[in-house]
Amino acid sequence: MAATTADLVRARPRTAPARLWALPPVAVLALVFLYPLALVVRESLTPGAYARVLGSHAFQDALGTTVWLAAGATVGCLVLGFVLALILAFVPFPGSRAVARFIDVFLSFPSFLVTLALLFVYGTVGIANGLWTGATGDGDGPFDFLTTPWGVLLAEITYFTPFVVRPLLAAFSQVDTAQLEAASSLGAKPARVVRQVIWPEALPALAAGGSLVLVMSLNEFGIVLFTGAKGVTTLPTLVYGKAILESDYPAACVVAVVNIALSTGLYALYRGVSRRAGAHR
Amino acid sequence: MSDRTGSGVRFDGVTVDYDGHTVLDALDLTVEPGEVMALLGPSGSGKTTALRAVAGFVRPAAGRVHVGGRDVTGLPPHRRGIGMVVQSYALFPHLRVADNVAFGLRARRTPKAETAARTAEALELTGMGAYARRHPRELSGGQQQRVAIARALAIRPDVLLLDEPLSALDAGLRSGMLAELARLHRELPHMSMLYVTHDQVEALTLADRIAVMDRARLRDCGTPQELYRSPRTEFTASFVGNANLLPVTVTAGGVSFAGRTLKVPAGQAAPGAAATLCVRPHLVGLGPGPNTLRGTLAEVQWRGATHRLTVHVGGHRMLADLRELREPPPLGAEVELHFAPDDAVLIGAIGTEAGHGRDHR
Repeated sequence: MAATTADLVRARPRTAPARLWALPPVAVLALVFLYPLALVVRESLTPGAYARVLGSHAFQDALGTTVWLAAGATVGCLVLGFVLALILAFVPFPGSRAVARFIDVFLSFPSFLVTLALLFVYGTVGIANGLWTGATGDGDGPFDFLTTPWGVLLAEITYFTPFVVRPLLAAFSQVDTAQLEAASSLGAKPARVVRQVIWPEALPALAAGGSLVLVMSLNEFGIVLFTGAKGVTTLPTLVYGKAILESDYPAACVVAVVNIALSTGLYALYRGVSRRAGAHR
Repeated sequence: MSDRTGSGVRFDGVTVDYDGHTVLDALDLTVEPGEVMALLGPSGSGKTTALRAVAGFVRPAAGRVHVGGRDVTGLPPHRRGIGMVVQSYALFPHLRVADNVAFGLRARRTPKAETAARTAEALELTGMGAYARRHPRELSGGQQQRVAIARALAIRPDVLLLDEPLSALDAGLRSGMLAELARLHRELPHMSMLYVTHDQVEALTLADRIAVMDRARLRDCGTPQELYRSPRTEFTASFVGNANLLPVTVTAGGVSFAGRTLKVPAGQAAPGAAATLCVRPHLVGLGPGPNTLRGTLAEVQWRGATHRLTVHVGGHRMLADLRELREPPPLGAEVELHFAPDDAVLIGAIGTEAGHGRDHR
């Protein structure tokens, strides 16, 4: 009976009332997203704002820091993620399934949790420094990188690596074990099997996971604010600083527009890559 | 530990356990250099496990595996130098046909010119020379399997392992590939082949000897003729070809079955002993003759060239494959079947563990 009703609804021709249903989502989208976006763009067009901001050292430094942090985090996540996924998928060890499942849970953690954890380990009064001062009697420990860009990089790699591992594990589960066996019976050592059989299969997943990490680390706010508070400024924290701390809204909007352009461009790239990866299967 | 020159495979009490249960139980078997040995058995009989033990993908819990007189039990797969062809072809999808075939040679760091020559040679041998530039996905199943065979042959292995290589192909292609494999073996007479299959026709067609496996154990081993014409166990009789297996009692100069005395070569069986009489369905005739049995016709299957009659004789099912009948008798009719004394084989009490009442197919 239910199926019949559903069929009737589906069979009904698309008429004007059906098109009316598109209105509420479009209205909501316009109200909460497009309109504020337009406001930001309009605010950024305040005369002289672009020249002032784009010419400032603060902006150029932040842009440079943002790009190299994002690129560094992406490369780090790809390398670490590939190695981890390889071990999880192809080296059977007790508990590997539990670890793979934990990675799923990890994806749902808030980013500042990682930062907090790193603070407890490497912070000025963290475990690592505590062990050092306890052992040597020095006043300060040797680990003092958390507030530098390297600390941000470490936190971002820790937090974003699962985003690479997840698609890789999915790709590796598609790799035919018989292919790996054929390769090794033909005389290929494990390194050659990884390079010539597994690597080509992993490429689409690496591209997809890598672009995702690139976009996400470009826009990361929490980790940078938590970890690099003193010395590290990226575009998102620069927006925050200009708008909230200096009340310089035109400048904040200019930085925001640049950030938006950067990440939508990369998102377009990511979609293109993942579509090609999807077509490849 | 006798060292053999040439190649071949020797299983020496090979036992494989998986999750605490034995999937291969103390296998002793020798494949002579240049011999085609079929491992024939139903699924779960341990035949694939035996093959994987040779390739190095399973580690025996006990026993040794020798290839070419060399103990390879502890060697990793990539150091065994064995060719392997599997049911799913397992070609590398991102490599062209020629690169697939050259894979093993490159892994061995063979010089470029020689790699190219041997790749072309292997592709020629399997009739795939014209497809070198294609990708595997552009080929049919049969062509992909030829490439997989070329890839295994390119490294010039002394031993070729084939794991159900034809099971994914349809019937017509399968018989063509069987002829092809037989030709390959004639052209490469020094290569031993270990051929895993559940298909008796493939085993009978291709193998010099057949090893019959069931429930993790080797049940029988012999030439196809030996196993087909004079099976030693009921399992062999029913798995290598079709068989009527009739429970009989040995008498002086024959056997008694369902209250009738049949003339068959009794061999050394002692009168009064229980035994099983194996008669191939296609050697059973309709109508009176030597060793006539009377029964009720229960089923008629027309198979084109033949009619298969199922007849109940004294409470036992008996199959007769007859050349196409112009007018098959009606169901329920009383019919007579007969068979020549020399066409029957008496199987001793040795193999009775296979059990009565199994499906004789």
